[in-house]
Amino acid sequence: MNQRIKDHPDLAEKFNADEARVNWHDETLWWIRQKRDKAAWLLPEWEQLRETASLIKHNVLSNLSEYLLQFEQKARENGIVVHWAADGDEHNRIVHSILKQHGITQIVKSKSMLTEECHLNHYLADNGVDVVDTDLGERIVQLAKEPPSHIVLPCIHWKKEEIGELFHEHLGTPKGNADPQFLTHAARLSLRKNFLERKVALTGVNFAVAETGEFVVCTNEGNADMGAHLSDVHIACMGIEKLIPQRKHLGVFLRLLTRSATGQPITTYSSHFAKPRKGQEMHIVLVDNGRSAHLGKESFRNALKCIRCGACMNTCPVYRRSGGHSYHNAVAGPIGSILAPNFDMRANADLPFASTLCGSCSNVCPVKIDIHNQLYQWRQVLVKEGFTPRAKTAAMKAMAVTLANPGMYKIAGKMGRIAMRAVPGLVNNKFNPWYNQREMPVPPKESFKEWYQKNRKS
Amino acid sequence: MTRVGLFIPCYVDQFYPQVGIATLQLLEKLGCEVFFPMQQTCCGQPMANSGYEHLGAGCNENFVKDFASFDYIVCPSGSCTLHVKDHLHSARDEHAASQIRSRIYELSEFLTDVLKVEQLEARFPYRVGLHQSCHGQRGLMMSQMTELVAAPFSKPVQLLKLVEGLELVALNRKDECCGFGGTFCVTEEAVSVKMGKDRVADHEQQGVAYIAGADMSCLMHMEGILRRKGSAVKVIHIAEILNSVIDEPAN
Repeated sequence: MNQRIKDHPDLAEKFNADEARVNWHDETLWWIRQKRDKAAWLLPEWEQLRETASLIKHNVLSNLSEYLLQFEQKARENGIVVHWAADGDEHNRIVHSILKQHGITQIVKSKSMLTEECHLNHYLADNGVDVVDTDLGERIVQLAKEPPSHIVLPCIHWKKEEIGELFHEHLGTPKGNADPQFLTHAARLSLRKNFLERKVALTGVNFAVAETGEFVVCTNEGNADMGAHLSDVHIACMGIEKLIPQRKHLGVFLRLLTRSATGQPITTYSSHFAKPRKGQEMHIVLVDNGRSAHLGKESFRNALKCIRCGACMNTCPVYRRSGGHSYHNAVAGPIGSILAPNFDMRANADLPFASTLCGSCSNVCPVKIDIHNQLYQWRQVLVKEGFTPRAKTAAMKAMAVTLANPGMYKIAGKMGRIAMRAVPGLVNNKFNPWYNQREMPVPPKESFKEWYQKNRKS
Repeated sequence: MTRVGLFIPCYVDQFYPQVGIATLQLLEKLGCEVFFPMQQTCCGQPMANSGYEHLGAGCNENFVKDFASFDYIVCPSGSCTLHVKDHLHSARDEHAASQIRSRIYELSEFLTDVLKVEQLEARFPYRVGLHQSCHGQRGLMMSQMTELVAAPFSKPVQLLKLVEGLELVALNRKDECCGFGGTFCVTEEAVSVKMGKDRVADHEQQGVAYIAGADMSCLMHMEGILRRKGSAVKVIHIAEILNSVIDEPAN
């Protein structure tokens, strides 16, 4: 996995070294955003659905402990083994302990951003367990030894020619064959073997229903079902915020999820798991990992409504031009930028600044998270907590003093404009990040205020 | 007569006085009594969006002192208007601050919503692309946004349609951000420039002579990119277009 070595601006700059790739990345994601728009417009009640979903999640977050206990009780009655994990390490240990009980060293796993967040694959690899990711995109980034760059489209940054090379190397496909259908078939054959051989399947959870103790897993490839149905042991891992109160609420979320994610009316497979089939063991691991603390932060609580559709990434003009890895976090993009500082403020202090605050993310969000407002709020928190370069703080203080003082402002403005005209090299140099790729504005001889003084003020 | 306090943002004052002049003349033409408080400076947004909202008290108190007495405060910038609307507070006089928050308007929304302008004597015979700045558009809701399933409208377009000879083009991405973003334009230089280049390219592909907008900051960013590449496309603030009576806008 890529270790974070630099901040978002540096990683984004690296991504931008290849402009053709940035164009392609941007256009691909914009195409998905447009598919989302078309799907949304087909439902006249779209905005009402978003509001309803937001309110249901509001109810969940306000009563989370009760819903969790209800879910636990119902799931146990259904014969599911329920585990609680306070953090990522405990989650990883629980999963590993289940495998150890069965003497298992090989598992299949369908997509779960929670396990990415907990770095489960690494933990299991370190403990001698081989994990095969069965979602095609996840499999590709796994073979490439990379983390996913997008929560719904994990390898959206890979071109088919590159995948052809990767498969040639790992799956023995003919060199130079980049036909998507052929490559998908090769992956399918390889994964089929894994599905048939491996006795334990791990899946994520999209929605868990408190009322019934069941959970729903949504995939487009049916890989979660292949794993779960062929396995002796099914382990499902979920963040505690994935709950919804009742089964009837599913309709709201299933209609929103995939329309927002890919523009499909519904996921190809929305599979309900209520209890283990005869002879099978079913476990569910409920993971906190910072969520309770997050719930306690009033300004940021809404972020826990997220259903992981990825719409905010597809629409984000910054994400489209900086790539998922520039966010150095399991969940990238706008939503990742407001979730990540909850886990580690220091490591993720750069992320809330990786936005123009354009607000498009909040508008596409199917559960109406006020993402751009939270980005703004996070900036205030991070500065107050001291996670800003001293030079920036000093510059801001100087600016605040100048701008608050009409006399100083007038003099500074005039001097600045004179200097820009007389000694353009003062600002038109390589130390000015505006000037590197843009011309500076041409300073006028007089400001509006000076004009007004001369022409209107008598 | 409507008493209007004119708020000219700091960077417009310093770099684009013609936008302030056009705004003033336009408002007067439309029958407003316009006052320009000479002690005004900045709304404090540059600090606030960088995480230093707590350093904005000086700017805030200034603003309240300058603008407390007006029926309306009008500003030719959606972004600065939004900042005042959302974040202006005062330890000395919070009542006045709250009055200002509810009385401040971006120029084009003031023209459509308060003055209810339905005709203009303006002529601008050029092909124009409209850049819908994010803060005005999504923050002040100056137009329908592509993300939302809602009836279409646009306050700036409504006004531009009153201008004789103006040919408004349709863009491929009608409300994509230009990448300016305040300090974002320097802290995230690579992405900011790329966004600006893409935004400009959309307009250029439609063969525009001018990129118009209600926010000079976005236009300043795009102007920097246009001039660096030697493009013939120019940027222009909507106030200049709405105030133009001659063929060539004032430079």
